[in-house]
Amino acid sequence: MKDFSEIKEQVKAKIGEVRDGASLSEFWQNFLGKAGVIQGLMKEMKNVSPEEKPLFGKAVNDVREWAQELYRQKQEEIKKLELNARYEKETVDVTLPALRRAPGNLHPITIIKQQMIDVFAGMGFEIYEGPEIEDDDHNFTRLNVLKDHPSRDMQDTFWLTEDLLLRTHTSPGQIRTMDSHKPPIKVLVPGKVFRSDSDATHSPMFSQMEGLVVDKGITLCDLQGMLDKFVQEIFGSGTKTRLRPSYFPFTEPSVEVDVSCFECGGKGCSLCKGTGWIEVLGGGVVNKKVLENCGIDSEVYSGLAFGIGIERITMLKYGISNMGVLFRNEMDFLEQFKA
Amino acid sequence: MKILQSWLKEYIDIDVSTEKLVEKLFGAGFEVEEIIYLGKDIEKIVVGEVTSIEKYEGTHLYICHVNCGSYGEDNLILTGADNVFKGAKVPAAVVGAKLPGGLEIQPRKMKDMMSYGMLCSGGELGIDDNWIKGASVNGILILPEDAPVGEDIVKYLGLDDYVFDISITANRPDCQSVVGIAREVAAFLKKPLKEPDYSFTTTDKTHGEISIEVIDKDLCPRYLGHYIYDVQHFESPQWLKRRLAVCGFGAIDAIVDITNYVLLEIGQPMHAFDLDTLDGKSIVVRRAKNGEKITTLDEKERTLTADNLLICDKVKGVGLAGIMGGLNSEIKPQTSEILLEAAKFRRDNVRKTSRALGLHTDAAARFEKGVDEYGVEMGMARALNLVEKLGVAKISSSHFDVSAGENTAPRTFDVTIEKVNSVLGIDVPQSEIVSILKALSFGVSENGSTLTVTVPRYREDVENYQDIAEEVIREYGYDHVIPTFLKTAEVTGGGLNFLQNKELAAKKFFCSCGFYEIQTLAMYSKRELDMIMLPENAPERKVIELLNPITDNLSIMRTVMSPCMINVIADNVKNDRSEGRFFELANIYLPKNIPLTEAPEERKILCLGAFGANESFFTVKAEIEAFAAANGLTLRFERGERCWLHPGITAEIFCEGKSIGVLGKLRYEVIDNLNVAEGKKSDLNIILAELDYSAIQSLYKQEIKYTPASGFAKIKRDLSVTLDKKTLCIEVEDEIKAASDKVCEVVLFDHYESEKLGFGKKSLSFSITFADKADVTDEQADAEMEKITARLSEKLGAARR
Repeated sequence: MKDFSEIKEQVKAKIGEVRDGASLSEFWQNFLGKAGVIQGLMKEMKNVSPEEKPLFGKAVNDVREWAQELYRQKQEEIKKLELNARYEKETVDVTLPALRRAPGNLHPITIIKQQMIDVFAGMGFEIYEGPEIEDDDHNFTRLNVLKDHPSRDMQDTFWLTEDLLLRTHTSPGQIRTMDSHKPPIKVLVPGKVFRSDSDATHSPMFSQMEGLVVDKGITLCDLQGMLDKFVQEIFGSGTKTRLRPSYFPFTEPSVEVDVSCFECGGKGCSLCKGTGWIEVLGGGVVNKKVLENCGIDSEVYSGLAFGIGIERITMLKYGISNMGVLFRNEMDFLEQFKA
Repeated sequence: MKILQSWLKEYIDIDVSTEKLVEKLFGAGFEVEEIIYLGKDIEKIVVGEVTSIEKYEGTHLYICHVNCGSYGEDNLILTGADNVFKGAKVPAAVVGAKLPGGLEIQPRKMKDMMSYGMLCSGGELGIDDNWIKGASVNGILILPEDAPVGEDIVKYLGLDDYVFDISITANRPDCQSVVGIAREVAAFLKKPLKEPDYSFTTTDKTHGEISIEVIDKDLCPRYLGHYIYDVQHFESPQWLKRRLAVCGFGAIDAIVDITNYVLLEIGQPMHAFDLDTLDGKSIVVRRAKNGEKITTLDEKERTLTADNLLICDKVKGVGLAGIMGGLNSEIKPQTSEILLEAAKFRRDNVRKTSRALGLHTDAAARFEKGVDEYGVEMGMARALNLVEKLGVAKISSSHFDVSAGENTAPRTFDVTIEKVNSVLGIDVPQSEIVSILKALSFGVSENGSTLTVTVPRYREDVENYQDIAEEVIREYGYDHVIPTFLKTAEVTGGGLNFLQNKELAAKKFFCSCGFYEIQTLAMYSKRELDMIMLPENAPERKVIELLNPITDNLSIMRTVMSPCMINVIADNVKNDRSEGRFFELANIYLPKNIPLTEAPEERKILCLGAFGANESFFTVKAEIEAFAAANGLTLRFERGERCWLHPGITAEIFCEGKSIGVLGKLRYEVIDNLNVAEGKKSDLNIILAELDYSAIQSLYKQEIKYTPASGFAKIKRDLSVTLDKKTLCIEVEDEIKAASDKVCEVVLFDHYESEKLGFGKKSLSFSITFADKADVTDEQADAEMEKITARLSEKLGAARR
């Protein structure tokens, strides 16, 4: 029986010399390729006696498989080496600054507006945005702010023509909603409003959010219940509301809604001017005249409405004391609202 | 509105503290904005009697010994005033006393002598002759002889009193007076109101000639006149002058003071005409003629229009209705016959006239909010009562009452307890409701749970069950409201709709690209249009102007967003910012016609602004394309033009064949004119985009349908061409697509310019993908490449490399 130990020694020596892919494929060609040494052994088959042929063939195969196994091991080893070299070469200083700039963020008014929408959306409110340029009818008359009534003076109006104006509140959204929808109605009308007023606490343009619910059996208690939930979501779970009488032509009774001061918990501090309460919004039971102006049967349906100044809530939430800074768009200011 | 507490107490017994009263007023809907204590900051100043006085030789001072009773019977006080005399009663501030303004009295050396106190003038106590005679003199306030020595001056002078500045809501004009507030206090304290004395006696005398005619009854529904005679002219008594003074009225003459007093007390503005000056002894109430003139009491000549209501005699205007009297008919020292006026004028007309003339008076303020006919009657009665009480004049029997015939009977309607409680959501007991209404002077008769209520004549605001519910709850207390959550309402779905969600997502997209959201005002001025060099005929110059802007800077509605963005960038550059990105999503206002006859288009614009050395047209283009791609939209950029943008770096952006905006670099001329330090301008690089968001959102696809991949083989080929460098990439792409209907994608992957290519030439390399309704073969791809090459050569003179 022919001994292949010499060949095996050769294979062992050569595979030991292999360092990279090129020498590995050279090894394959020399030993395992069609013209390789091991394939060459098969040519000797013809010199082997017929009874020895099967044994010879098996021996050659054993050598081949043994060499192939060595080859595979080496192949793995080299692959690993090459990858390691690549990783080494590609290594970077991960603490170098990135190529992209930091992200921007939404304007604080948008952030708060969105938080407010989320609270009411959860209560089943849809969102409607009406036009900013309105007519007298929608902004005043059908809201029961009659032509000769002094309540017109409550809001300093920017007029564009005898009839057209920059809406002074988001309340026209009530009329537009009731014109196009029948009860049950739960709608939120956020948007920009305009009044000819400008100082530390007033901007000629600001944002409001109107809320309107029209359904059967809506009461003043529902207004407080709903607003309690709202202020707790916005100002924290311990926050309470207080209603006190006020006047809006489109609600009756009308109330101002104060929240317990979230800064001092109601003990009195500079934010609440020592009163323990902060005025945040106005509302009331929808005046039946407004429902009737929109063709809704006030004997069957009743409603509640409220209007919230978004800037007011924004300023309270973020501790901003001067309204002007909201519209000055200084990056020092804008970039603080990442959340 | 200012209300004096002691005046209020004349009509109602107030047995609660001032703090409690203010709290109760607040609870009833009357916010006290300011509480002014008249004796504020005055301490240890007492009535003193000067027991001796001598000149301090070699000085201008006097040495006084002052008896201050329990505050020391012999206080040595030096004074510089020379109206003090032995036996005089004076306000004496002893050691430790405090004066308004924070002055504290300590022993102090004057010349070589110690003074232990100070004698006070009226001014030092914050009062004048209207409060007490002698308070306005240049010297020490000499008090009446009977002033009790040692009494606290605050108490003695009646300064231990409060003025409440109360804000009255527009629905309660009836509360613009002492009596109006007293009624409310009476209701919540459950005490009877002591009505003012409205009684007076008339003589038998009548005046046969006087006539009153109201021509424009729509503007003057009620006009009362009363003739008084034998008018005496004298100063009003001190108590009356004091009350006028704290409310801001100077005392003039008893009869004039009475008219002001009635305005404050009853809320009814009154006017007194000198009858002698009325031609024909007549009053005619009519609209002014256009251009008609009147000189008002403030001695200003005013030119009127037919919108102004004028009180006239047979010949001329004698008063501006509800606002101010005419100078020609004013009360003079010799006036002996007077026609007193109490009227109701239409509130919006008074308001318009007052605004138009810039003439704001206390009378106008009352009329604008509204007076009621009950007040007209009571005002006249009270004025005549005071005329008689003070002995100002004799009251004739000539009374005139011209009415437009408006119903002055008290309003009556039925309301059920259930209906009232259905508004409130709580069960206020019937007995409570009735008691509250009665306390508010409503007439109430009960029939089961139905109440027939009779509304007081001065409560023109109460018309139905909702108004009754408000009366009930503000008296019953809002703390009785029990929060509930829509027990009976139907379930509704809520939240943002598709487009609202997309809009929020759009904002968030640009935030994550490094843009900060800004909010600018929707108004600006024509200077902003000039700033971006808009020519006179530019469509953006067709603007909506405000009729009543607060400032010229905010006088037009914006038609283009870029100026707002440029201003914000300039402001930040001024604040030493060298780079930044902003966006705003807001409306521009595009009138369909000027002057405006219908609501304009409000178009939502997404405006982007980026500045800094690292920004370029392409940094912003990348974000816009990514935004479009994220919304399933494909954009096409073509060379564009805007007068404020760089002529060579401006693109018009199209989507589905429609222009949806513009992107470009701000022109140097615009930067040059910015209010920014010269040093910061030179390398200021500003990229601006205005995207028509209204148009973009109309292209959003709400429904998405999955399409399986075709599975057919595509082939990708590269094509490099040399061509004129002015040819745009998009033109080449268009021709490639036009040449072959198998092209499904063309992407530029390389471009360069080099002299080696030839003068004015550049090279563009595209990767072109072919696809078809079957596998694309190499032969087909070759053939398509041939067609493309031929077309590029023919149309663009491009040579394949």
